[in-house]
Amino acid sequence: MTTEHAQQAEHALTPSSYIAHHLSFNAQPVGDGSFWTLHIDTLAMSVFLGLVVMGLVWWVARGATAGVPTKRQAFVELVFGFVDDQVKNIFHGDRHSFIAPTALTVFLWVFAMNAMDFLPVDIFAKFMHSLGFEKWRAVPTSDINTTFALALAVWFLMIFFSIKAKGLGGWIHELFCSPFGSKVWVWPANFLFNMIEYVSKPLSHSLRLFGNMYAGEVIFLLLGLWAATGLTGTVAAAILGAGWSIFHILIVALQAFIFMMLTVVYLAMAHESH
Amino acid sequence: MNINFTLVAQAIAFAVLIWFTVKFVWPPLLKAIETRQKEIADGLAAAQEGRSALEVAAKKSEAALTEAKQKASEIIGQAEKRATQIVEEAKTNAKVEGDRIIAGAKAEIDQEVNRAKEGLRAQVSSLAVAGAEKILRKEIDAKAHSDMLSKLAAEL
Repeated sequence: MTTEHAQQAEHALTPSSYIAHHLSFNAQPVGDGSFWTLHIDTLAMSVFLGLVVMGLVWWVARGATAGVPTKRQAFVELVFGFVDDQVKNIFHGDRHSFIAPTALTVFLWVFAMNAMDFLPVDIFAKFMHSLGFEKWRAVPTSDINTTFALALAVWFLMIFFSIKAKGLGGWIHELFCSPFGSKVWVWPANFLFNMIEYVSKPLSHSLRLFGNMYAGEVIFLLLGLWAATGLTGTVAAAILGAGWSIFHILIVALQAFIFMMLTVVYLAMAHESH
Repeated sequence: MNINFTLVAQAIAFAVLIWFTVKFVWPPLLKAIETRQKEIADGLAAAQEGRSALEVAAKKSEAALTEAKQKASEIIGQAEKRATQIVEEAKTNAKVEGDRIIAGAKAEIDQEVNRAKEGLRAQVSSLAVAGAEKILRKEIDAKAHSDMLSKLAAEL
C-alpha cells in the first residue's frame, strides 16, 4: 500500500518533481562518502564539448596558412585575434607561452558548455532517456563542480605565477606587506585583506558563472512547467521561451567572456608586484 | 550545491585542454597570423619603396629629356651654322675657281690672238711680198727689200 502510494507519487508529474528531476545529476559513486561521487553527465558533456571545440580549432590551426585564409580559418583567426587583443591589453609579458592560449581555451570551452542551455530541456532529456540515462543535465556550467574546478585551477595558477614572478619570499612578503605597507603592526591587517582576496576571487569567479547558467536553466524549466498547463500556457511559454533563448545568447557569450577576462586579470595580477 | 569528485575530474580535464591548446592550437595559429602580418608589412614597405623609386626615375627621365632637347637644339644650331658656312665657302671657292678659269681663258685667248697675229703677220708679209713681186716683178729684188718688208710686216 505504501509502496504503491510512493510509486504513484513518483510517477505523478508535480511541479517540484519535474524541476527536481531536471536538476538532479547523473551521479555515480566512485568510493565511500558523498565526496566520492562523479557527475557522469557533467563530465561527459564537458569533455565531449572540450574535445569538439578545441578539436575543431586544432583542425583549423593545423592546416592554417599564412597566405589567403579560408573562411573557416578566418573565423578561427577572428576568435584568436579577439582573445589575443583582450589579453594584450591586460597582460604585458610573454602572453603567447601560456596566458593567451589559456584564455582561448577558457573562452571557447565555457562558451560551448554554456551554449548547451539552448538545447530544449525536455526534448534533450527525452532523448537521453531513450538512450537509457534516467537523469542527464546538459549544461556542465550549471554544475558548481565545473565552475569551481575552473576557478580553482585558475586560483592555483595565480599562486603559481605569483611565486614564479616574485619568488616564494616575495610572495610571502606581499601577503604581509601589501596593501597597507611593511610596518610590523599592519601585518595582521594586510594578511587578513590578502586572505579575503584569495578566498573571494575563486568564489566570485565560479559562482558568477554558475549562478547565471543555473538561473537560466531554472527559468527554462519554469517556462516548461507553464507550457504544461494548457493552451494559453503553451503559447505564452513558447513566446517567453523564445525571448529568453534570444536573451540567453547574450548571457551565454557574455558569461564566457567574463569568465575569460577574470581568468586573464587574475593571472596578470599575479605577475605584478605591489 | 554538492561539491564532489567531479570537481577534480573537471580540473584535470581543464588542465589537459589548456595543455593541448598551449601545445598544439595556439602556436600554428600565431605563426600563420604573424607570418601573414610580416608579409603584409613587407609588401607595403616594398610598395612604398617602389613608389619612391618611380618618383626618382620620373624625375631622372624628365631631366634626361630636357638635356636631350637642349643638346638637340644645340646640334641643330651648330648644323645650321655649319651649313651656311659650307655654302659660303662653296660660294667663295666657286667664285675663285670661276675667276681662275676666266683668267686662264683670257690668257689662252690672248695667246691665240697673238699667235693668230703672228701668223697673219707672217702671211701678210709674204702676201705683200708676193703682191709686190707681181707688181714690180723685175725691179724689186726680194732679197734686197726684205728688210723694208719685214719692217712693214712689223708695223701691221
